[in-house]
Amino acid sequence: MKILVVDDEADVQPLFLQRFRKEIREHELEFDFALSGEEALTYLEAKHSEVVLILSDINMPGMSGIDLLSRIRHQYDAPPPVVMMITAYGDEENHRKAMDNGANDFLTKPLDFNLLKQKLKTLAT
Amino acid sequence: MQVFYFLAILFLAFRFKKDFRFVPAYEKWKPFFNYAWLAMLLYAFSQHQFGDIATGFIGILLLSAALYYLEKEPDFKPLKFHLQSHYPLLAVGLVDNLTQLLFPAFYEHWDTYFIFAILGSFGWIYARWATAKKQREELLKANSRNAELDRLVNERTAELTSQKNELQATVKLLQATQAQLIQQEKLASLGELTAGIAHEIQNPLNFVNNFSEVSMELIDEMTEEIERGNTTEVVAIATDLKQNLQKIIHHGQRADGIVKGMLQHSRSGGDSKEPGDINKLADEYLRLAYHGLRAKDKTFNASLITNFADNLPMISMVMQDVGRVLLNMFNNAFYAVQQKKALLGADFKPTVEVTTSLHNKNLQIAVKDNGTGIPDAVKEKIMQPFFTTKPTGEGTGLGLSLSYDIIVKAHGGSIDIVSTEGEGATFIISLPV
Repeated sequence: MKILVVDDEADVQPLFLQRFRKEIREHELEFDFALSGEEALTYLEAKHSEVVLILSDINMPGMSGIDLLSRIRHQYDAPPPVVMMITAYGDEENHRKAMDNGANDFLTKPLDFNLLKQKLKTLAT
Repeated sequence: MQVFYFLAILFLAFRFKKDFRFVPAYEKWKPFFNYAWLAMLLYAFSQHQFGDIATGFIGILLLSAALYYLEKEPDFKPLKFHLQSHYPLLAVGLVDNLTQLLFPAFYEHWDTYFIFAILGSFGWIYARWATAKKQREELLKANSRNAELDRLVNERTAELTSQKNELQATVKLLQATQAQLIQQEKLASLGELTAGIAHEIQNPLNFVNNFSEVSMELIDEMTEEIERGNTTEVVAIATDLKQNLQKIIHHGQRADGIVKGMLQHSRSGGDSKEPGDINKLADEYLRLAYHGLRAKDKTFNASLITNFADNLPMISMVMQDVGRVLLNMFNNAFYAVQQKKALLGADFKPTVEVTTSLHNKNLQIAVKDNGTGIPDAVKEKIMQPFFTTKPTGEGTGLGLSLSYDIIVKAHGGSIDIVSTEGEGATFIISLPV
């Protein structure tokens, strides 16, 4: 399962790579990273058919996560990738906005990796 | 006809009694003037005994003696003017009686005129008195009016003095209020930061926690691998662990730096200049401003472009003050692009660009935005205290004037504004190295 992680903080990469070490080793999951919404879109242009899940931060400079979300929903709808929003701002309004724009799920930072793992398991099935 | 001389003496006595009642000399002279009545008796007697002409001469003599004596006495100085008025009567009387004596026929012929002359000169005494009295009264009135005016002027002066004192007190109060407002402005900008700072600290703290958790997992794995004897894998994990710890240190220090920065910002005193890295300062406050704004308005988004020149010299400055100036510039830039976004909608890409550079002997920080821009009319006033284009309650109008004070007055630098209305604005801060 190819997963794209979009977050302006570069340090999320080693975090994911280590947390999902086993899964990556056993080729259950494959992670790619983009540092901005723009980068994510460029990546998707090439690899959109391969990416099954997109995990995106909401507050990033430049294109916001919500922005990215709506673009993904407009451009790549066959098949539509699962998009989960991750953010530090876990309030009602953000949640609503994310859902209104077609997010599949909404997670707050700090990431509960165990929870994420569970969600990924349900996705895989 | 001869009675007039005696009457004159009598009237003199009356005049004395009336006007001199409150003068100390009064008691001294009172008895004498009571004798004036004797003059009338004398007249009656003389007229009967000696006839007209003799009485006339006696009268004149008596009056002259009285006048002479009174003029000599210093006590009667105020009456001098009045006494002199009697001279015409004396003169006319003398002529009258002499003529009567020496030229009786002539006198008989012209006696009407003589009578008029005597009456006239007698009346003259009192007419003159009346005029003089009137003049005295006018003088008194003028004096009392002057006194009244003086009183009014004094009242007015007292009023104005008390008004002046009130105004001075008000000015002091306003100055104190202004100082308070400036302090509140500083606190308010600190308040704005708090939300941004909370977010800023949360990020590094998340990493500290996450990397710590991951490291725990890795250690469990490592233990397994050690038991299995997979040395290569163990070494790989060890490398990862080390990296993780480094990241923990890095993010811990990040949080530390942010807290330190926040503490510095809230301190209202501290004017000591220290050498500082302007790039770091600008970067820190840019993020703070951005996150602060996003904490208030979650829809807000902007592209942040930073062009930090390398090898800039450290510059001696009051860090929290210059930081506050940068914060103000960034907040203004964000506000401007936010306004424009509200007008233009989704197609507009708000961009805020920060550039640092060295120009001659000056460090320049340019804050450029593609927001609503500044009209020329506003450009001149923008640095004035309390001037704001924001709606009531949204801005104090103190940000730029405080910035001006800090950059220009405290650091000897300058702030330049380049702007085209509708397109954007660039604020250029220059600080001498």
